[in-house]
Amino acid sequence: MASSAPATRPGHPWNDPALEPYIRIERVSKRFSGFVAVDDVSLNIYRSELFCLLGGSGCGKTTLLRLLAGFEEPSSGKISIDGLDMSGIPPYERPVNMMFQSYALFPHMTVDQNVGFGLKMEHRSRSEIADRVAQMLKLVRLSEFGKRKPEQLSGGQRQRVALARALIKQPKLLLLDEPLGALDKKLREHTQFELVNLQEELGVTFVVVTHDQEEAMTLSSRIGVMDHGKIVQVGTPQEVYESPGNRFVAEFIGSVNLFEGQVTASEAGHLRIVCPQLERPLDVLSGDLSAPQTRLWVAIRPEKIQLSLQAPQAASNWTRGLVKEIAYLGDLSVLLIRLESGQTVRVTRPNVWRHEEERITWEQEVYLYWHDSSPMIVRE
Amino acid sequence: MKPEQQSGQAATPATERFAGSRRALDMIGELPPCRWARALLMRRRISARSAVVAVPYLWLLLFFVVPFVIVLKISFSETQIAMPPYQPLLEWVGERLTDIRLNVNPGNFLYLIEDSLYLRAFANSLQVAAVSTLAALLIGYPLAYAIARSDRRWRGILLMLVILPFWTSFLLRVYAWIGLLKNNGLLNNFLIWLDIIDQPIVMLQTDFATYLGIVYCYLPFMVMPLYANLEKMDLTLLEAAEDLGCRPLRAFACITLPLSLPGIVAGCMLVFIPAVGEYVIPALLGPSDSLMIGKVLWTEFFNNRDWPVASAVAIVLLLLLVAPIMYFQRLQGRASGARS
Repeated sequence: MASSAPATRPGHPWNDPALEPYIRIERVSKRFSGFVAVDDVSLNIYRSELFCLLGGSGCGKTTLLRLLAGFEEPSSGKISIDGLDMSGIPPYERPVNMMFQSYALFPHMTVDQNVGFGLKMEHRSRSEIADRVAQMLKLVRLSEFGKRKPEQLSGGQRQRVALARALIKQPKLLLLDEPLGALDKKLREHTQFELVNLQEELGVTFVVVTHDQEEAMTLSSRIGVMDHGKIVQVGTPQEVYESPGNRFVAEFIGSVNLFEGQVTASEAGHLRIVCPQLERPLDVLSGDLSAPQTRLWVAIRPEKIQLSLQAPQAASNWTRGLVKEIAYLGDLSVLLIRLESGQTVRVTRPNVWRHEEERITWEQEVYLYWHDSSPMIVRE
Repeated sequence: MKPEQQSGQAATPATERFAGSRRALDMIGELPPCRWARALLMRRRISARSAVVAVPYLWLLLFFVVPFVIVLKISFSETQIAMPPYQPLLEWVGERLTDIRLNVNPGNFLYLIEDSLYLRAFANSLQVAAVSTLAALLIGYPLAYAIARSDRRWRGILLMLVILPFWTSFLLRVYAWIGLLKNNGLLNNFLIWLDIIDQPIVMLQTDFATYLGIVYCYLPFMVMPLYANLEKMDLTLLEAAEDLGCRPLRAFACITLPLSLPGIVAGCMLVFIPAVGEYVIPALLGPSDSLMIGKVLWTEFFNNRDWPVASAVAIVLLLLLVAPIMYFQRLQGRASGARS
């Protein structure tokens, strides 16, 4: 598994214990009157990372970002950026720039003036500002739009102006609050890759807040999943998806079928689990050393369950059910299959063939089976 | 279907809540006068929409255009000692209907230029209005800013306090200032009691009192549009400015101030325009020899009974005030035109 891979792989600075983290968040809490928005969060983010804070609305991810930007002061704990303690330092003195969710473009200024605003505040010369604005607009491919006002631009163009404005001071850290939230789906997918390319090109550290797990998976080097003000799990997209730390993460990222079960036998790297909802016991490849009789949850991703019309030969890792719903999505189909226990299991199948010979249809009895590496053991 | 059933079918509570009043409106709509009006409109092929729009137009026609034409007419006629005290503009001189003599007399307007009194009165009025407007802006802006940035729970109450003086008559409030400002008035007595002064300061019947009265009376008209503008400003813009290295004071100058310009313009117009023609405040609080165009107009009309010259003064005053309004309207129109 990825977490047990040897440390100090290039591009994985978080596995190198000798490396100093670029952002160090130490036991930071933020309390507003009546509720705790950020609850005792500790987090290290490294140079040139693209780190995503992922969570539902009200989980505290935006507050954490605003703490980094300096718009809020932590109620307790300490934030340091590049070795400097940031407590008491106002936003206009931090080496940080932010791209706002609403973009917050100045409506009374042209695109040129918006992008050049940060340099003007540094009292740069007029010619230098003009040069760097032109350079920045070229980078985000808006060179012809310099004289327009923000309201004369489309959503995607505004997003790129906001990005250019936030990048022009060459910050070491760029904070992005739902950077693609206001764009439509097609544009969003396209912009995701642009953002990643730009980040790699400039080598700036990005911290992105998003509620969209797909966006987080596409963009980030690492994801921090947040829930109720706490960081629940930190890991690469693969780690977070394939070995979720708990049930919340498993359910929040992607979809998952959960079965409650009891360990009946445990040997090195192998667990045998009996779930009352499933006909056959599960044999699970797992480093987990749970003693027999332990009750736990087994999660299986919909795409890791396979279907057949004949009963599998194996003694374990399969069950039976009736097809209740089929949703054809083009590239894949989603099937909802009801087990005899009454639980509904979600299965996705790639539509590899244009005309399938062994067609599975509604109300058909099918066998569900999976590889012994597929089930994930999760705890509450 | 019965109306009760209809409202029952509409699932959302909002429609249910309004169902009662809509039924009442429907009932009024079925009363005979409404039916007759509708039939009349139908017969003349006038849509209900244009009928509704016609109401303000009719109002303006009746109470603005007609009086304006009458005043304009008087301003071009000759004064005479009679009732009414001016010669008619059109006169029948013969037997036939077409024997009309047109008595256009531009002399009233020329007289305004010849006698320096009027020019000085105009200039003085503009100056008083300009200074008062500036003072009202300097006081009103921080006030509106503070209210707009105050806690949401307090805003309503604070706005209420700004409007509260309107509940007393304008005239009474100006008289109240006399009581405050006069030599043995509240303010002087208080200062003497505090031993700050031993002789009363003469405040009443000075220019200071005029400015004070105008600023006091028109301040709400400055605060209201400014508040409306500042309140709807997107505060993340200020955060964005700060994030880009802008200190709060500079952010105010770079972001808040330019964005509140429409509010400033609106507030200044609402104060400046009535202040130019102000009569009551300078008459009651100002010096007796103050030259305000409103006062000149009054004297011309009531004391000299020279209606044509008074009308000419009114027309010039109107044109003088319409010019800046038109200018700013065009400016704003261009700004919003660029937006679309």
